[in-house]
Amino acid sequence: MNEAWRNAFARIPDLLAAHVQLSFSALLLATAICLPLSIWAARAPRVAAVILGFASLIQTIPALALLALFYPVLLGLSLLFGGGIKALGFLPALLALTLYALLPILRNAVTGLIGVDPAAKEAADGLGMTASQKLRLVEAPLAAPTIMAGVRTAAVWTIGAATLSTTVGQASLGDMIFAGLQTQNWTLVLAGCLASACLAIIVDLLLGQIEKSIAQRKKARAWIATTILGVGLAIALLPTLQSRENVIVIGAKGFSEQFILARLIGSRLEEQGYVIEYRDGLGSAVVFRAVAADDIDIYIDYSGTIWTNQMKRTDAPPTHEMLTEIGRWANQNHGVTMVGALGFENTYAFAVRPEDAAARDLKTLEDLARVSPDFVFGTDLEFLERPEWDMVQNTYPMRFKEERSFNPTFMYPALASGEADVISAFSSDGRIAANNFFVLNDEKGAVPSYEALLMVSADSAGDERLVNAIQPLVGAISVGKMREANYMVDREKDKKTPRQAAAWLDEQIGE
Amino acid sequence: MSTIGPSISLNNVSRHFGAVKAVDELSLKIEAGSLVALVGLSGSGKSTLLKMINRLVEPSSGSILVDNERVENIDPHVLRRRIGYVFQNIGLFPHMTIARNIAIGLELAGEIEGRSNRVAALLELVELPQEMALRMPGQLSGGQQQRVGVARALATRPGLMLMDEPFGALDPVTRDNLTEQYKKLHNKLDLTTIIVTHDMAEALYLADRILVMQDGQIKADATPAELLSGNIGEEAEALVAVPRAQAEHFHALGQQS
Repeated sequence: MNEAWRNAFARIPDLLAAHVQLSFSALLLATAICLPLSIWAARAPRVAAVILGFASLIQTIPALALLALFYPVLLGLSLLFGGGIKALGFLPALLALTLYALLPILRNAVTGLIGVDPAAKEAADGLGMTASQKLRLVEAPLAAPTIMAGVRTAAVWTIGAATLSTTVGQASLGDMIFAGLQTQNWTLVLAGCLASACLAIIVDLLLGQIEKSIAQRKKARAWIATTILGVGLAIALLPTLQSRENVIVIGAKGFSEQFILARLIGSRLEEQGYVIEYRDGLGSAVVFRAVAADDIDIYIDYSGTIWTNQMKRTDAPPTHEMLTEIGRWANQNHGVTMVGALGFENTYAFAVRPEDAAARDLKTLEDLARVSPDFVFGTDLEFLERPEWDMVQNTYPMRFKEERSFNPTFMYPALASGEADVISAFSSDGRIAANNFFVLNDEKGAVPSYEALLMVSADSAGDERLVNAIQPLVGAISVGKMREANYMVDREKDKKTPRQAAAWLDEQIGE
Repeated sequence: MSTIGPSISLNNVSRHFGAVKAVDELSLKIEAGSLVALVGLSGSGKSTLLKMINRLVEPSSGSILVDNERVENIDPHVLRRRIGYVFQNIGLFPHMTIARNIAIGLELAGEIEGRSNRVAALLELVELPQEMALRMPGQLSGGQQQRVGVARALATRPGLMLMDEPFGALDPVTRDNLTEQYKKLHNKLDLTTIIVTHDMAEALYLADRILVMQDGQIKADATPAELLSGNIGEEAEALVAVPRAQAEHFHALGQQS
């Protein structure tokens, strides 16, 4: 087994435990909700129609969207009740997965209860059973195999969908899949998929055994399968017994630079004895609110992003004025401390193939606007929705032949292969230089400055030891070093993990 | 088992299902210890009448008394535990052993002591071998299952048995066998029994009083002997005609040979 696989497998145990905790909680909650509802629904056809209709409706919402929707909902609730509700992490993931598991359990439980032999029900009444005795002694045992089949379907769905909870900051096997996808580490993606699939298959087999044993009334076999499930669950729950004191959560958006910087900060804090947890792959709209709500302690943002997205500003003042303004705003309005700028910028850079630049005489964004009707514009998934795009369009009137969105990983190959003719690249990305792409000059200054900023939550900003540990990173990272570190992770050959790249970067900085 | 089964009276009892009058202003007295057969075509209201006595069906109007107590004043599950109920589809619980099926009424009543002795006695009473106790219902024939059904109904020592076409789904030989054995049980245990059947021959053989129902009303009320002698109305005559003709035919065949 080579090093990439070893690194990938090393991540599985913790994430698997988190994955099991999340899936099991969602399944348990869904079952607890569904059983009384299905008893009600089995006695009242109209109730059944309404409840099953609602559950089916939820099922039509893509799981990813359902997860994302819970963030603003919980944030709103938290504001309403004066805080205290965690809008990121376990809670939104649990709620979304629970809703998702309702349909199969409900449908099977209602079918099972309605399908109980009418003769058995008549005998139960005739013998003088009360409604609850009839349910406990006759209806529930006879419907049990059908109900178990529903729980089993829900379990497989939930384990699969739980990989998506990475996007709302809940650790799961999806962390490996998403991080691997961003850094083109296919070993990591594959290991994450395999682990999640194995978990689903094993749980499915065990629940299948229980279902069959109930139907054939073989109690011993049902107990054996239940015991195996119970032991697995107990092992997965062990980590939750460990103390959660002193855990620092470092957030990262979904690209390599963020993963690397998070590890760099993390390693500095680990030296000081902190226990670190990473929340990778957070959306850039989510991450600032997460630090404001103390859901995460530290993350790196970019001045232009806060300026345009959070502060809704459209002007572009000189960099030092902008940073002062951001620091003041973050602190006064959200209690977030801006510790400082790391020393490099990661702005939107419009890149073209060098041969096009030569042939069409492209040097500036002005030139790009001129040829835009012939060009296909490739962007990351958010750029076309961001205010920066409006700012660029207002300054340089562009009208492209076509606009296409890519996962950032695939945006660079798209330009190289001709699927796009110009891309909204990131200036600190190592793949610009590696591909010899030509970056067009923004001579009118339409795009604001994107200094990398170290942001710390109100809770952690009061921790002097923590601030002292990360303070040396301010002004210490040049764009050249950052590019090199990014390229180590992003390149096809001799790939490094974000942690390895962070270690390399740490050596370059020194003390 | 010294006490005799209860008497029953119905006063102006009606039951409507929408516009249909399943039972229409019906009054009736049944003596303690009698074995009464309710006969009639399907839809004549005989099953509805039977099920109103243990409140599986509630009357739209009128009152029903069991031993001078109005049934609507008794909790349905309390009332039903005092009354044995046997019906055509048997309804044994497929996930319970025969022993537990038979003893389920005792389990509901919270009677723990002597349960296995009672099961053994009941198996003997319905003439089933003791080793049946540990089998599951699916392993028994239809006739054996209905014997268990009768044993289950008798487990809590009810005075009144309500039977809704109890042997209707069984083959003729098994049915005759069970009919005869039930008659003996009825006498031995001093029960009051009301049995619904569409089989006039069974009613004539089993009952000491036959009520012929049509359109929710009792059209004839007679002993088997009176019914066979005729002169008790068209509806009854039509129902009796078939078994009587069969009996005469068999009699004639017997004399020829």
